[in-house]
Amino acid sequence: MTSAISIQQVHKRFASLQALKGISMEVPQGSFFGLLGPNGAGKSTLISIMAGLARADAGAIRVMGHDVVSAWRQSRHALGVVPQELVYDPFFSVREVLRLQSGYFGRGRENDAWIEELLETLSLSDKADANLQDLSGGMKRRVLIAQALVHRPEVVVLDEPTAGVDVELRQSLWRFARRLHREGHTILLTTHYLEEAESLCDEIAILNHGELVTRDSKQNLLARYPWRTLHISVDRSTFQLPEALVSLLTSADDNCLTFRLHREQDTIGEVLAALQSAGLTVVDLSTEEVGLEEVFLRLTGQSGEGA
Amino acid sequence: MNAGFNARGFYTLFAKEVRRFLKVTVQTVLTPMVTALLYLLVFGQALEAHVEVYAGVSYSAFLVPGLMMMSIIQNTFANSSSSIIQSKMTGNLVFVLLAPISSLEFFAAFVLAAVVRGLLVALAVYAVAILFVDLPLAHPWAIAVFAVIGSATLGALGVIAGIWADKYDQLAGFQNFFILPLSFLSGVFYSIHALPGVWQQISHFNPFFYLIDGFRWGFFGQGDASVALSLSVSLGFLFLLTGLGLYLLLKGYKIRR
Repeated sequence: MTSAISIQQVHKRFASLQALKGISMEVPQGSFFGLLGPNGAGKSTLISIMAGLARADAGAIRVMGHDVVSAWRQSRHALGVVPQELVYDPFFSVREVLRLQSGYFGRGRENDAWIEELLETLSLSDKADANLQDLSGGMKRRVLIAQALVHRPEVVVLDEPTAGVDVELRQSLWRFARRLHREGHTILLTTHYLEEAESLCDEIAILNHGELVTRDSKQNLLARYPWRTLHISVDRSTFQLPEALVSLLTSADDNCLTFRLHREQDTIGEVLAALQSAGLTVVDLSTEEVGLEEVFLRLTGQSGEGA
Repeated sequence: MNAGFNARGFYTLFAKEVRRFLKVTVQTVLTPMVTALLYLLVFGQALEAHVEVYAGVSYSAFLVPGLMMMSIIQNTFANSSSSIIQSKMTGNLVFVLLAPISSLEFFAAFVLAAVVRGLLVALAVYAVAILFVDLPLAHPWAIAVFAVIGSATLGALGVIAGIWADKYDQLAGFQNFFILPLSFLSGVFYSIHALPGVWQQISHFNPFFYLIDGFRWGFFGQGDASVALSLSVSLGFLFLLTGLGLYLLLKGYKIRR
């Protein structure tokens, strides 16, 4: 099956900055794909090239099999982009901008029913005739999503969709993104909130300094770091730690001990038994699983321990 | 694969640009009309008894076509340039750039919307002027042709300036140091035959002179240059600016990184 997005050896330079250094990857159809990376990693540049807002110096991108340069009309029909910035046209109402956007994509009044459905779905119906400049930031964000979907694209790019939005709107945007995915859209999400990517995405790519650091399924990425953290509080602050636990200990603060355990090689039971045999009583215990955030930090070299 | 013309996309963008200026008609149509009327009343009254440019044509009558074309020049330029820079500054140009709209469709939509505004402003000035002045219509076809060419030319220049400018200040500079002086020095208020020799020669290098002279020929059947020359130069200038505008759009100059 054709990839929803196929990226081949894409290079892009801005003056002295090499923004993309030969990125290649495939985004499968029907996937919920997370594109992650620190600021300046090249995510927005890659999306801009995909959408025709920027031109690659070398390489090619295809959206649903259509080259974004040689078949730009078809590739733009296949792609809906929700921009990161809250941009809007202050001259028009919500319904007017949706009809305009629909017209740009060659659709006429026959698309009005879909526009009304989008207004309803995104809770914009009662604001349909309001001017864009009179809407709140959250409402403007919903209008941007409706504009991106007005031509019924197969691939939807959500570029930092929840940046700066309140918890309620974030939850509602997550629900809507999941619904789009269920309905068969391929979703490409860029976000700074790693718990967002962990919760929504099934495939992840991480960019750093214009290079693809990794691209894998979320499960495989998480499995690459089979560690979990065990926090234990004991009943006294002066004691001799059993020899078997010394290599597992990552920090000790008064009577609080933190251990790093390998999921397959170390068990919590062994740690507890060793502490008990040393005459210590455990008064509290908690565990932390490695999340995408730690994987991300390690792969982008932002972790104190390095990649 | 990208052949063809996205007719609905073009029409939607064109209609949007027309609706945009119609939403602020006081600023875009009424104000230029009042400005032209003030010029007519002030200059016409002051010079009516002292100046006769063409035999049998009053100075006020001579002035009206010049004021109409000056209004066309200034307003069509403002229409496309201000819309594009505003869209660039606010970021909403992205909605057009994301759509399957070609450089030609983009260019044609902005230029034709400017033509609509130019013709509306010219008609408004005409409608008010004929309340005060008897104005012949010697060659209506020439009036229409030069009005459309003038509107399209300055609409195209506005597209170029809008793409080029990064801030309103640069656009104001373009308007005040290029468009305004060239339109004032193009024979709006006088015949270039009234100028000293060297200034007459310099005026022949001002493309706005040919727009105004050909347009005025349409009213009176006489002008400072032959209508064929005016038409040729005006069309040449339009083609030149159309070529430059399309080239910038195809290259994505300042709008696609």
